[in-house]
Amino acid sequence: MTDQVPAAENLSPTDEALSVLQNQFPNAVRRDDRDGYSGIVVDPARLVEVATYARDSLGYDYLSSATAVDYLGKGDHLEMVYHAYRTTGGAALVIKAQTDREAATLPSLTPVWPGANFQEREAYDLMGIRFEGHPNLKRILLWEGFHGHPLRKDWKEPYYEQEQKPFDSRWPNGRVVRSEEHNPYGKNVQYPDDFDLDGYTSPAEAAVYEEMNLGVDIRSDLATERMVVSLGPQHPSTHGVFRMVAQINGETIQQLEPVMGYLHRNHEQIGERNTFLQNMPFTDRLDYFCSLSNNLGYAIAVEQLMSLGARYQPPTYRAEVLRVLMAELTRIVNHMVAIGFLLNDLGAFFTPMMYAMIERELILDFFEAVTGSRMMCNYMRFGGTAMDLPERIRGEANLVNDRVRDFNTMEFLRELILERLPRAVDQINEYLTTSEIVTNRCIGVGVLPRADAIALSTAGPVLRASGVAYDVRRAEPYSIYPELEFDVVVRDHGDIYDRYLVRIEEMIESLKILRQILPKLEETQGQPFFAGRGGIYSPRVPAGESYGRVENPKGELGFYIVSDGGQNPWRYHVRAPSFINLTALERMSKGYKIADAVGILGSIDIVLGEVDR
Amino acid sequence: MTDNGKDFLRELHDPEAPVPPELQSSVAVTSFGRLLSTVYNWGRRNSIWPMAFGLACCAIEMIATAASRFDQSRFGMEVIRASPRQADLMIISGTVTKKMVVPIVRLYNQMAEPKYVLAMGACAIGGGPFKEGYNVVSGIDKYLPVDVYVPGCPPTPQALLYGFIALQKKIDQQMLTNPNSVPWYGRGPSEAVPLPILGPDVIDPRQAHMLRRRAGAAGQEAAASPAAESDLEAEA
Amino acid sequence: MYGLGIWRGLRVTLKHFVNTYIEDVKWGFRRHIPAEAFPARQGLDARGVFTVEYPDEKLAVPERFRFIPFLVVENYDHPERPGHDWCTSCGICAKVCPPQCIWIVRGEDPETGRPVPEPEEFYIDIDICMNCGLCAEFCPFDAIKMDHDYELASYDRTTAHIFDKARLSKEFRYWQAIAPTRAAEEAEARGGWEHKDVLKAKAKAAKASE
Repeated sequence: MTDQVPAAENLSPTDEALSVLQNQFPNAVRRDDRDGYSGIVVDPARLVEVATYARDSLGYDYLSSATAVDYLGKGDHLEMVYHAYRTTGGAALVIKAQTDREAATLPSLTPVWPGANFQEREAYDLMGIRFEGHPNLKRILLWEGFHGHPLRKDWKEPYYEQEQKPFDSRWPNGRVVRSEEHNPYGKNVQYPDDFDLDGYTSPAEAAVYEEMNLGVDIRSDLATERMVVSLGPQHPSTHGVFRMVAQINGETIQQLEPVMGYLHRNHEQIGERNTFLQNMPFTDRLDYFCSLSNNLGYAIAVEQLMSLGARYQPPTYRAEVLRVLMAELTRIVNHMVAIGFLLNDLGAFFTPMMYAMIERELILDFFEAVTGSRMMCNYMRFGGTAMDLPERIRGEANLVNDRVRDFNTMEFLRELILERLPRAVDQINEYLTTSEIVTNRCIGVGVLPRADAIALSTAGPVLRASGVAYDVRRAEPYSIYPELEFDVVVRDHGDIYDRYLVRIEEMIESLKILRQILPKLEETQGQPFFAGRGGIYSPRVPAGESYGRVENPKGELGFYIVSDGGQNPWRYHVRAPSFINLTALERMSKGYKIADAVGILGSIDIVLGEVDR
Repeated sequence: MTDNGKDFLRELHDPEAPVPPELQSSVAVTSFGRLLSTVYNWGRRNSIWPMAFGLACCAIEMIATAASRFDQSRFGMEVIRASPRQADLMIISGTVTKKMVVPIVRLYNQMAEPKYVLAMGACAIGGGPFKEGYNVVSGIDKYLPVDVYVPGCPPTPQALLYGFIALQKKIDQQMLTNPNSVPWYGRGPSEAVPLPILGPDVIDPRQAHMLRRRAGAAGQEAAASPAAESDLEAEA
Repeated sequence: MYGLGIWRGLRVTLKHFVNTYIEDVKWGFRRHIPAEAFPARQGLDARGVFTVEYPDEKLAVPERFRFIPFLVVENYDHPERPGHDWCTSCGICAKVCPPQCIWIVRGEDPETGRPVPEPEEFYIDIDICMNCGLCAEFCPFDAIKMDHDYELASYDRTTAHIFDKARLSKEFRYWQAIAPTRAAEEAEARGGWEHKDVLKAKAKAAKASE
């Protein structure tokens, strides 16, 4: 049986670090002794000092997540929560700093951990905390000029209906009404008193170019001209609605700023309104290539919280086997498509993409038969999975011209894992890895040195291609990964080609895991796939906080959840790997040609649903 | 054209209308214009070029539709253009956020007529599961005229193909002889959709008058009673 | 040797190209491949790429497939209660629905004003529904199920996209047809093919007669 709570030997170094910090800064640091909370609360005035000490002397060099929580009515303060890790593995050092709600200001930790850059901007955007010393503090997901800070608990959106779900208007007297019809004009929007549409120019666009030194600026010693290029949000190689604003000199990138928020669909705010279970299908839509591993991350985070309470039953062994099976198949799907997209970005018009999609369709057939949907699987539950594997993969002819396929599930899976997918991976290797076009475009381009990769909080293949052997499956194991044998793939150069190779090798490692999973699946056939009684739609989640993280195909996916003991999470934050990996985009692209920026972006492998949430 | 003629045309527009017995099993050329329309529409509906424009999750299903298993090139739609100038069809494949609606409207205005909009998935149609969010537009049809809605979250590739067939049927019914059946056979170029403005919230210029009225009212309301529920009821 | 990698790549593409035709040769280049060839072409053994010719042949969706929900009603030729709702308007689906797209008006006895186990009205806004299937999963009466009909494209959303009770209701027979295995499993869990309440009433009647 497995346990999501870090084992005792993992806890002790963290405890040790905490007491060292307390001794070192006796007046500034105190333990967070609220029920269900962990870590330390630091005096904001000495936050930078404490963080520097934790990084340099205690070895917490990797900042995983930084987020803000609004404790309105529970102390009336805003709290910034940092989760720092050692790249050698182990549990988190949780640092918190509190500030007043009215004039919320905290020192920026970007000098200590540059990876905090975007996360602090997000906290400023959505929570309204000003960070002193931040190099570029402006809105990141919303636009400049937006009214208020939407994640604050007293902020209400235009179609505000009720604080928490389920809404009372749905039952027992639910006369249907479309919210935009009975509230045709968002009434909660506050316009300034002197607001006048005729004379109004939106500050949104101007803010994007603010730091970019717009205007003609030809230096006498250079024959080239500086200009600013805006790529996106509609551009075939930005993987969705991402936008890059680059200042280029000739063709060389001098400055590059990712502009995002074009798919910001308020995941976190909706998540705080949902019940714990209702969030599960929403997590599908984060990284929509990997819905199953998103499910897993969220399930682990909530199970961590539930384990604090009484009557908690950990997932059964069968459930863990199924979870790992799904997570690893997802990894293969993702990496295959990621490589297809990368090649698309490099100019191979759709052929690698099409080949990747063929294999993806076959895996999706399996997902669809097991979970009911191709992409939005909604499969994991707290304590197990929603369903077991079906005996056969088949459908019934329902519509005109329906053609029925009928496979035995286990045989299908065996053939998929043992024959079809290895062959597909070999094929990618054969036609891409040694291709001169690929090597010429990729080797030595977009280099991210090891130290920068850690400092900028990159995760997943990006981090591992820069020579850091950090994989959550090994660093802080979850589910049944400790029993499984696989290697953490590492490469040293940190260029596009290495990121590509890491993905290929990770697929091979995933296949290795899947081969070990197959006998386990057969052994556990018929065992319960869900712990405890089914049919509970409002699980008991005790008050407290938890940070559950999994190694998603794109990197470390974390869920920071605060519960006040009610049906809905008080705070629900997603540490999205794609979002934080973009922090490193400027560092990677600087000095390369604008044409390479597209390939570099492809090699990070972002998904906009996760970047903007 | 006489009234009778109009009725007849309307009947042709109605896909449910029964084919008169004397016309069954024979091609009827009732007028040159109609023949021209038929040939013209046949050409148009079999060469719809969509714009390469993915918004969110549905875009992945759109790519799956374009890929080999479902292969939308069977409908003459494989030429996916990155430039709006060369595209006939805009597939709104995913959540339309307030920040994104500005570029979308701009892209739509740049498309050459005749142009079609297909709203794919619950989000594009009506905001979908993210409707309650503060940055989500409840349906692209608030800004653009939508021709076909494909529900689902996400619609499977087959559902999208069904939507394409629905669009082809719609094109088949558009008559050169009847300027009212489509906006672009009329006089001159049609008017561009005004660009939304990113203010404190997204502002549709077409609703500016409403904004002025509401802004005044909201100020008074907020001062009088901040209780949100009672407000909602009063409005419903 | 420079260029070897590209040559290798081209060899793979050529292989794909040829594979596609090998399978077609087997079926004599017929435009529509017979139904028995379909599983092989859309399965793991297929070499090459095969297209589902959508309107002429469709991939049947698996049993667990979920699209917009529908309401189970008793078969229209049911001897005792034809067309009777299985739904008891308990409201669990409306409570558990993540995007809150279900509206239910609970049925009330016009005389006593007490709730009756039948919904008066039932709406699902399919523009909000996220096809997650939680309503079907947590329905204690097996009364709401996820449909398999994905062909819903329409030209107008204002009138067609809020499904009312009449539009949502489908016979129990339909559910048995699209998901035989699951329907059987559920019937086993209930203790019979009838609705839970009917079974309960029967058990009660049997007890009383004893």
